Amino acid sequence: MTDLFSKFDPLIQMREDLLSTGVTDPFGLVMEKVISPTVAICNGRETILLGTYNYMGMTFDADVIAAGKQAFDLYGSGTTGSRVLNGTYSPHRDVEDALKEFYGMDHAMVFSTGYQANLGIISTIAGKGDYIVLDIDSHASIWDGCKMGDAEVVPFKHNDIEAMEKRLRRIPEGAGKLVILEGVYSMLGDIAPLKEMIAVAKKYDAMVLVDEAHSMGFIGPNGRGVAEEQGCLDDVDFIIGTFSKSVGTVGGFCVSNHPKFEIMRLVCRPYVFTASLPPSVVATAATSVRKLMHAADKRAHLWENSRTLHKGLRDAGFQLGTQEPQSAIISVIMPDLERGAAMWEALLHEGLYVNLARPPATPAGMTLLRCSLCALHSAEQVQTIIGMFERAGQKAGIL
Amino acid sequence: MDRAATAEKIAALIAPFNKKEVAVTDATTFAGDLEFDSLTVMDFVAAIEDEFDIIISMNQQAEIETYGQLVDAVVKLQG
Repeated sequence: MTDLFSKFDPLIQMREDLLSTGVTDPFGLVMEKVISPTVAICNGRETILLGTYNYMGMTFDADVIAAGKQAFDLYGSGTTGSRVLNGTYSPHRDVEDALKEFYGMDHAMVFSTGYQANLGIISTIAGKGDYIVLDIDSHASIWDGCKMGDAEVVPFKHNDIEAMEKRLRRIPEGAGKLVILEGVYSMLGDIAPLKEMIAVAKKYDAMVLVDEAHSMGFIGPNGRGVAEEQGCLDDVDFIIGTFSKSVGTVGGFCVSNHPKFEIMRLVCRPYVFTASLPPSVVATAATSVRKLMHAADKRAHLWENSRTLHKGLRDAGFQLGTQEPQSAIISVIMPDLERGAAMWEALLHEGLYVNLARPPATPAGMTLLRCSLCALHSAEQVQTIIGMFERAGQKAGIL
Repeated sequence: MDRAATAEKIAALIAPFNKKEVAVTDATTFAGDLEFDSLTVMDFVAAIEDEFDIIISMNQQAEIETYGQLVDAVVKLQG
């Protein structure tokens, strides 16, 4: 018998080699107690959280918690059904209304996760004979959406407008075209030149889908994302987003002004053939989304945190993913996986949690320590974090 | 462009990516013999696409394992 697991042997070996050095397993962290959006107890130690995507710190917001508790009491623990059968309760409609208000768009459709939103929308709208033109650094959920559909998939070099245009120009006349971009790319925390790229896409009559998962709530005057910030939101056909970052719970969505958008509810299999989100989850999301519409002060503080951390780490001598802070993600580039894991562990011992990111999630085979800031990190916490990085960097031989 | 001329152009484009200077025949595989990783594949495919002004979608790339198959595909894509 051929062991179907033998294909994983190289990865199993790599993991064993790493753990045999005695380093704490970077992919096995357990939070024993969560004190606030920025602090948890990990391995018995109080730890500052700097790798949660909890950008706006909504997870412990009193109004959000109250909405969830009320929905538990009114609607029970779960729907046990698909959105198109018995799984649409009034809170599901309400959160879709909240999204329409937030983005100022005509239609909103909520999925059980952000991953499923990309999987469902992309695989459904781009069919046989259509072309998907996408950035090579796109998130796994975008790639999996491409793989699940029947369209021709054509990647281009990251944020390269000319490479994108060349590919659009070569697509056979009459074929349907979908350009897929992200507002913020989550590995390095860099943003896309959406205004220029969307103008090119429109020149070639392509529809445009933008994943704004890592920008919702704090980029753009109303927190609608990078497209809003760059003044091109009206030219985006589909925005994909998530509740698992700034909104502070779980779930995904697509908003659109396409006049026929509602048909998606019947033809999109990752929407139809799964249970809907629990009512408590959508009730917390609706409350959170509406609060994010009026969070200008928090947005300003988050940006201040991002600038302070970026400058502090750069001045300390770390190599960062971007020259200037472009989002709430600050990525610290490690020389290799071994030293990256050692640095990650040294930070954990200091009392700081960040994400260790490695290929295939990262571009160009890089190992990254990815920091995501929260609007509720105090200025003092950010200074503490910089000090922890300096001490850990010396201990791990990075500085 | 006929097969021989296409093959000649592709051979020239492979050279900078053929770090170990493997002798290339129609049966040479990109993943096995030339040890192309996913990043190299992207750059190499872009070079071919620009040279011949064609698109080789990822769906088509999945069917191409050898140099000979690539030459055939490019001949066909040029129409």
